[in-house]
Amino acid sequence: MYSKGLAPLAAATAVTITTAFTLVFFYAPNDADQGFIQKIFYVHVPMAIVALGGFVAGGVFAIKHLRSGDSSWDLRSYVAIHLSIILGVGVLATGAIWAKASWGHWWVWDEPVLVSFLVVFLLYCVYYPLRFSIEDPGRQARYSSVFAIAAGAFVPLNFVAVRMAESFTHPRVLSQTGGDLPGDMRLTFLVSLLGMVLLFVTLWKLELTAKHASMQLKKLRNRARVAA
Amino acid sequence: MIAAARTILRKDLLIEWRTKESVPAMVLFSITVYVLFHFGLDRDSLDGELASGVLWVTLLLAAVIGVSRLFAAEREQGGIDGLLLSPVDRTALFVAKAVALFLFLTAVELVAVPAFGLLLLGPGLGGAFPELLAVLVLGNLGVAAVGALVSALAAETRAHELIVPILLLPLLVPVLIACAQATEPLFRQEAGPEDLGRWLGLLTLYDVVFVLLSVAVFDFLLED
Amino acid sequence: MPALPLDEAGKYVAGAYVVFVALILVYVAIIGTKIARIEREISAIVAAEEDE
Repeated sequence: MYSKGLAPLAAATAVTITTAFTLVFFYAPNDADQGFIQKIFYVHVPMAIVALGGFVAGGVFAIKHLRSGDSSWDLRSYVAIHLSIILGVGVLATGAIWAKASWGHWWVWDEPVLVSFLVVFLLYCVYYPLRFSIEDPGRQARYSSVFAIAAGAFVPLNFVAVRMAESFTHPRVLSQTGGDLPGDMRLTFLVSLLGMVLLFVTLWKLELTAKHASMQLKKLRNRARVAA
Repeated sequence: MIAAARTILRKDLLIEWRTKESVPAMVLFSITVYVLFHFGLDRDSLDGELASGVLWVTLLLAAVIGVSRLFAAEREQGGIDGLLLSPVDRTALFVAKAVALFLFLTAVELVAVPAFGLLLLGPGLGGAFPELLAVLVLGNLGVAAVGALVSALAAETRAHELIVPILLLPLLVPVLIACAQATEPLFRQEAGPEDLGRWLGLLTLYDVVFVLLSVAVFDFLLED
Repeated sequence: MPALPLDEAGKYVAGAYVVFVALILVYVAIIGTKIARIEREISAIVAAEEDE
């Protein structure tokens, strides 16, 4: 059920990411200000965008779960959030590397996107202890969905708030992604973003399939044990 | 719904009035934190953004204590099960708890804010009113709504005292940002330009989102 | 903003991309172990069936 279309999706992901890497290193020009370091931006920013999208998607799946009571939506929500947290680690790591390379420190508070991402990341890290400290599976799923919805609504609010706070310092590089990218950089960025989106969906489907199979297996084993 | 909310609220306020558990502890905590900041920062008086930051961080940390205790009465006397079985409207429960938390926070601030003015604030509180009031009210509203939600979310987990702080504080970052930025010009030595509108706007947006969200979602909590 | 010499900057850029690839590989490895466990359990059930 979940693995439908997984193979072509994975193939598309591989092709897109390879294309993206090629574009990054052989096509996109070096940035006038930052030089070669700016190449990090093609992996850091798409990861951030996809992770934030994943968190919001987790919230949407959670709404569907609460409305329908169908636990498969909860599974989709859990995997989306889980994947986004992993991507989040990558965002913070690549962000730190960029900060160190550009400004000499492993962390800077001037980048509102990075700072608001840290807050979001800290919040979603609570998902696991909250989820796994509730034993009853129905309640666990429901409470996790409530969390996912509240946290999903929080993501844009937090972004706005941090941006407002930081607007008193000069907005830095990451804000560039908004508008003024020259054409060849923009193409590279869009391909990288597409690759990251496809990667997320592929891994999401992959984990859903594995988890679902594992759950089916548990049911089968219990039934075999009862019959024996 | 209003009647049910009022009943639950009255019960909570009565319990707090009789036992005097949460509010005095929160007040004591706030003043202790002021002392800690005095030693930690090695400063006799603060103004501007430092004052603003210390005040709001202290109030938020005190709020964590209040949120942890919000469902304590139900939990300790086994009342949670009673609440679950009774056909109480979840919206009424949310409203009651949120209003209770709002009132507790207000009570704490009646002491903690003047204490701050006394102990640490250089310029004195007079210049900060009445704008400070608006910030406090809107800020408390956000904390109350999110606090009630978080308290319910953590109510039945085994590790709720651990979960509440790490869950509540990131969620309150926008409130902290707005309140601190709004009061910063109010605490300056010389009156500076104030930018209250945008921060009050942010607080209002936050309050609206989380009140609506909590009301919508509360039905799925604390039920069996 | 200082533009670092290419070989120095190269280290950081490489580091960032390595982090990205490493994350994916770790993730795939975890899913791999999950699938291995599923396969083992299926074999166990099949073996139990055949015994009866």
